[in-house]
Amino acid sequence: MTTFYAIFIDGMIYASWLFLVAAGLTVIYGVMRILNMAHGSFYAIGAYCAASMVGWYFSDFDGNPYLSYLLLIGCALVAGLVVGVVIEQGLLRFMYKRNELLMIIITYALLLILEDTTKLAFGVDPYFTYQPYALLGRSDIGGLAFANYDLLLVAVSAIIGLGCWLVLNRTHVGKVLRAVIHDREIAVAMGVNVRLMFAGTFIVGTTLGALAGALTAPSISVSPGIGVEVIVLAFAVVVVGGLGSIEGAIVGALLVGMTRSLAVHLAPQIELFVIYGVMSLVLAVRPQGLFGRTLARKI
Amino acid sequence: MKNIVQKTLAVMAAAGTLAAMPVHAAENGKFRVGVVTFLSGAAAGPFGVPSINGAKVLVDALNQGKVPAPYNVKGINGLEIETVVIDENGGATKQVEEFRNLAERHKVDAVVGYISSGDCLAISPVAEELGVPTVFFDCGTSRLFEENKTPRYVFRTGLDAAIDNIAAARYLVDSGRKVEAIAGIQQNYAWGQDSWGDFTAAIKQLKPGVKVTTEQFPKIFQGQYGAEISALALSNPDVIHSSFWGGDMEALVLQGNARGLFDKRSAILTCGESALDRFKGQASNGLIVGGRGPFGAFAPKNTLSDWFHAAYMAKNEIEPTYPAYKMVQAILGLKAAAEKAAAGKAGTVPGKDALVGAFSNLTFESVSGSVNMSRAKGHQALQGIAYGEYHYDAKTKKASLKNIKAYAGECVTPPDGTTAGEWIKAGFPGAKCGG
Repeated sequence: MTTFYAIFIDGMIYASWLFLVAAGLTVIYGVMRILNMAHGSFYAIGAYCAASMVGWYFSDFDGNPYLSYLLLIGCALVAGLVVGVVIEQGLLRFMYKRNELLMIIITYALLLILEDTTKLAFGVDPYFTYQPYALLGRSDIGGLAFANYDLLLVAVSAIIGLGCWLVLNRTHVGKVLRAVIHDREIAVAMGVNVRLMFAGTFIVGTTLGALAGALTAPSISVSPGIGVEVIVLAFAVVVVGGLGSIEGAIVGALLVGMTRSLAVHLAPQIELFVIYGVMSLVLAVRPQGLFGRTLARKI
Repeated sequence: MKNIVQKTLAVMAAAGTLAAMPVHAAENGKFRVGVVTFLSGAAAGPFGVPSINGAKVLVDALNQGKVPAPYNVKGINGLEIETVVIDENGGATKQVEEFRNLAERHKVDAVVGYISSGDCLAISPVAEELGVPTVFFDCGTSRLFEENKTPRYVFRTGLDAAIDNIAAARYLVDSGRKVEAIAGIQQNYAWGQDSWGDFTAAIKQLKPGVKVTTEQFPKIFQGQYGAEISALALSNPDVIHSSFWGGDMEALVLQGNARGLFDKRSAILTCGESALDRFKGQASNGLIVGGRGPFGAFAPKNTLSDWFHAAYMAKNEIEPTYPAYKMVQAILGLKAAAEKAAAGKAGTVPGKDALVGAFSNLTFESVSGSVNMSRAKGHQALQGIAYGEYHYDAKTKKASLKNIKAYAGECVTPPDGTTAGEWIKAGFPGAKCGG
C-alpha cells in the first residue's frame, strides 16, 4: 500500500515539475507557432538568478528566511520580463513571418548564445541554495517522508495551470488570444493587434520558464547545462499533450510523471525508456498529441 | 603577370602559415604542456575548475622555483613551463581533434589531463600513434589498460575506479556497520554501471549473503530524484551506495536529507569529498565519503601537501578538493620523469622516448605521499585510498572528516595482468591489507 502511495505522490510531484517546465513552451507555441528551443535557457536564467539572489540573501542578511520565497518569485518575474522583452523586441519581432522550421533554428542559436551568456554572467561553479527547500521541513504520508517544498510545488503548479486556463477561457484577452490561435489572418482583419499579443505571450512564456527554474533552484545544484537537460523533457510533455495546448501539457505531464514514477518503483531498469516510450505510443495513435488539433492546410 | 601574382600569394600563404605555427617548445626555451580539463559543462564546477586552479597554482610556483624539495628546480628541468589549456567539454570526437592540434600545431612536449573516461579511452590510442607523452590525471575507467595492453606514451597517475568501490566495501565491513541489505543509486552511464558492478561484487565477497534491495539508474544530470528516494527508502536497505558526482550528488544529498533518507541507515558516496565544503550541513553527520584516493581532505600531512594547501587557499580562498590534488600529482609526476630523463643536463627538453622510459615504474613524491607507477607495466599509479565520515559543526560552520580509514594500494588494487572483476571474483588473492 505504501508503494501505491509513493507512486502516486512521486508521480504528482514530478508531473507538477514537468508542467512548470513545459507551460511556457506550450503557451508560446500555441499562440505564436514558435517551437522555442531557447526555453531551456529561460529556465536556466531563472534558476541562476534565484540561486544567486537567495544565496546572497542568506549569506549577507539576517532577515526573515521566509522572505526568500518572495525573492525566488521576484527574481523569476524580473528575469523573465527582462529576457522576454529583450529577445522579443530585439530579435523575434523581425522574424515572425518566417517559416516555422527556420524559427526552430533561430531559437536553437539563441539557446547556444544564452548558454554561453549564462556561463559568462554566473561562472561555471555550481550554486547550492538549499535554504528555501530545507526550511519547510517534511511530512509523513503513509509511512514515507516527503519534503513539504515538493508538495507545495504541486499546489503552485496547479495554480499556474488553472490561471493559464482561466486567462485563456474566461477573459477578454483570452478570447482575443484564442482568435489569434485559430486564425491569425482573420484576427488581424478584425482589428486585433497581433504584434502586441505576440509580445505579451512571449514575455509570459519566458516568465513561466524562468519561474520554473527559480522554483526548482532550491532543490538542485544549479550548474551549467541545466537548461539543455530540461528542454528535452519539456518537449516530450508538450508533444504528448499536443503542441500549444495547456490542457494537453497538464495531461502530458501527468502521464509522463506517473509512468516514470511507476517505472522507478516497479521496474527501475526501464525508467529511462518509459518517458520516450509513452511519447512514441501516443504519437503512433495520435500524431498531433492528445489535445492537439489537426489543422487544415491553407492553399 | 598571373604567375607572379600566384607565386606571391603562395609565398604569403606559406609565410602566414609559418607565422601561425608556434615554434617547438624546445626552440623557445620552454617546456610546453597541454592541460585538458572541463572548463564548461556540468563537470566544470566540481572537477574542472578545481583542477585547473590547482594546475595554475603549481605551474606558477614551479616557474618561480617556490615549490618545496624535491621540486625546487625551476619549471621542468630549469625550463619555464608554458601551458596550452583546452576545454574538455564537447565529447570524445572533439577531444581527439584537440589532442591532434596540441601535438601537431602547438607541438607540446607532453599532455596532462582528462576527467571523462570516454575521453581517456578515445585519446589513449591517438597518444600512442602520435607518440605524445600523456598523463591522465583523473579518469577512472578500468578499461584504459585493459584495452591498451602495451602502453608506451600513456600514463595514469590517478586511481582506477574499481579501487574506489573495493575500498568502499572494505570500509563498510571494517567499520562494523550493519550490511545485510544494500541499495544503489548511480548515474546511468558507464561510470555508474561499472561502479555499482564493482561495489556489489566486492561486498558480496566480503559479506556473503548480502541482499540487493533496489538498484536505481537515473539519467545523468536528471536533478530530480523524488521517486528514486522513495524507492530507496521503501526498500529499507542498511546501506545506500552512490557514485554520483557534481550537481547530481549535491541534489541527491539535499533531497534525500530533507526526507530523512540517511537518518536510519548508512550511506556511502565514493566522490563525496569533492563537495565536502558545499554540503553546508545538508548532509547527515556520519555520511561516508571518499576522495578517489589520498587526495583533498584525505591528503596526508607532508611538506608538499601543506605547501599546496596553503598556496591554493591563498590564491583561490577556497579549500582545494580532490581534483586539484590529482592534477597537481600528474604534473609533479611529469616533472619528476622529465628531470630523471634529462639526467642532469639542465635546460634541455628530454627526448620523448627518454621521458616515457623514465616515467615507467617511477616512484615520485606528491601531495598525496609517494606514488609508485608500478601497475600496467609501469604506467599506472599504485596508491592507497581512504574513506571517512562527514561531520558538520553548525557553530563553526565547518565540515570535517572522522573515523578515517586508509587502505594500502596492495590491499585494494588487483595485481598486474588481472582485471578488477577477475580479482574480486577470485576473492582478492594476494591482497595485503595489514592488521
